[in-house]
Amino acid sequence: MSAATQAKLWYAQRISAMVLALCVVVHIVTILYAVRGGLTAAEILGRTRGNAAFAAFYVLFVLSAAIHAPIGLARIAEEWLQWRGRLMNVVLSVFAAALVFTGLSAVWGLYGG
Amino acid sequence: MAGSANTARRNDRRARGMPGYWAFVVHRLSGVGLALFIPVHFWALSKSLQGEASLTSFLRWTDTALFKFAEWGLVCLLAAHLVGGLRLLLIEFAPWRGVRSGWIVAMVGTTLSVAILLAALMMH
Amino acid sequence: MMLNIETLKVSIWRGGADGQFVSYDVPRLDSQTVLDVVTYVQRSIDPGLSYRFSCRVGMCGSCAMTVNGIARWTCRTHVSKVSVNDALELAPLSNLPIIKDLATDMSTFFDKWAGAKGQFRGERTRHEDFANVLPSSAARKAADAGIECIGCGVCYASCDTVTWRPDYLGPAALNRAWTLVNDERDVVGRERLRAVAGDAGCHACHTHTTCSERCPKGIAPTLGISGLKRVTARAAVRGELD
Ligand code: HEM
Ligand code: SF4
Ligand code: SF4
Ligand code: FES
Repeated sequence: MSAATQAKLWYAQRISAMVLALCVVVHIVTILYAVRGGLTAAEILGRTRGNAAFAAFYVLFVLSAAIHAPIGLARIAEEWLQWRGRLMNVVLSVFAAALVFTGLSAVWGLYGG
Repeated sequence: MAGSANTARRNDRRARGMPGYWAFVVHRLSGVGLALFIPVHFWALSKSLQGEASLTSFLRWTDTALFKFAEWGLVCLLAAHLVGGLRLLLIEFAPWRGVRSGWIVAMVGTTLSVAILLAALMMH
Repeated sequence: MMLNIETLKVSIWRGGADGQFVSYDVPRLDSQTVLDVVTYVQRSIDPGLSYRFSCRVGMCGSCAMTVNGIARWTCRTHVSKVSVNDALELAPLSNLPIIKDLATDMSTFFDKWAGAKGQFRGERTRHEDFANVLPSSAARKAADAGIECIGCGVCYASCDTVTWRPDYLGPAALNRAWTLVNDERDVVGRERLRAVAGDAGCHACHTHTTCSERCPKGIAPTLGISGLKRVTARAAVRGELD
């Protein structure tokens, strides 16, 4: 991997971190607000079903996490486990794909289901 | 003898005993914790969201002590990682104000307050 | 005059990487520096002890060692500040190959300065006028913040990222590169950014701030490295590093 690519990955990790910081705060505040007075399934789905703003927000959240976390784990694998090269790229791409898949199906469940 | 040895010594804990280093360790371990937990969180949600009935049974499950403890841990990790991460972003993107040691105090403070407040809320 | 009734228990690393600590009793004196202790052992106990020093006043950067586990320059470190229960443990710097006793092979350290394009390259000749660099400009201030480095290697020996990634250029070389990136007379900026980008360069740094905490000159390489991270990442996105 070229140094220029590594620099871009670094940038992607930091920008996704900034997005995540915003998303996390919004997410936590919403949850605390929603939990007041207890949760019912009908309430949650009533708020989320067909709500495009809700769906867009969580798609952004999921995609940012799927960029941010694998890049972070890759650094740790290199530094603490001495992983290098192809195998690591494959493992972490699978991990990123798993994040995207599970994350988007959760969003879809709330939005469409 | 001289020159035959070409290996270096490694530092031990004494070289690392300062706040910036421990902030790094906490940030890294919380990052790993989050990375392991978040797919599970997503998966559990998507599994349970195949309709209102399953969401209800999911919410019942969320009432269990184990689930509450795990969510509590997740939010604590998130708090530590968030404040520590904001400090790193400030150092990296606005370095002219120094290494932001005060933010390490904020990291500890926020995480402890979140841990206690959230535990209190959940017991309630 | 003071009577030398107090003694200091000093254990010093002897041999190469497979060496071990050997204990010596050294008379404790007023205002004694760690370098004084090493010199006493060599002059009065074992002339075979190898170590480096030159200026004795914190200018040359050659006397750095690991003192009770922490990298320090020894000529400006008072025993009173670092001894624990009248004991000192002296080892060669970490992260550098040991030659013998307290002397390490600094060549990788200096090769990495060269690798980070740590040399100034201007285009004016002696026949031209001096460049006027405004002391109040942001770039000049950024360069000034890192310019007093004496190349002692304390930061490099303290950096865990160097331990984990032996090809990492390290704090001193990157701090030097940052002073040059901010030197408006320098003409090899693009090449330097290419040299310091990526995981063997500035983007490997995890902002432990250990280097900045330990630098005896009060320099904060962490901050200069942060500058490099941003500037090189932007250059990479614009395709300037390809
Ligand atoms: C809340 C907003 C977040 C912010 C501001 C943030 C910030 C950061 C920053 C700046 C780093 C770089 C640390 C370094 O290279 O030394 C990082 C690393 C990391 N983050 Fe996050 N992060 C956030 C959320 C998350 C989430 C949700 C996850 C997991 C899904 C995560 C997982 C990781 C991992 C695994 C690392 C690697 C740690 C390391 O290299 O030491 N982060 N984070
Ligand atoms: S801040 Fe960067 S250069 Fe300094 S000790 Fe940490 S990783 Fe090394
Ligand atoms: S930055 Fe400081 S610690 Fe590092 S080599 Fe220069 S003077 Fe020594
Ligand atoms: S002997 Fe020159 S810096 Fe210590």
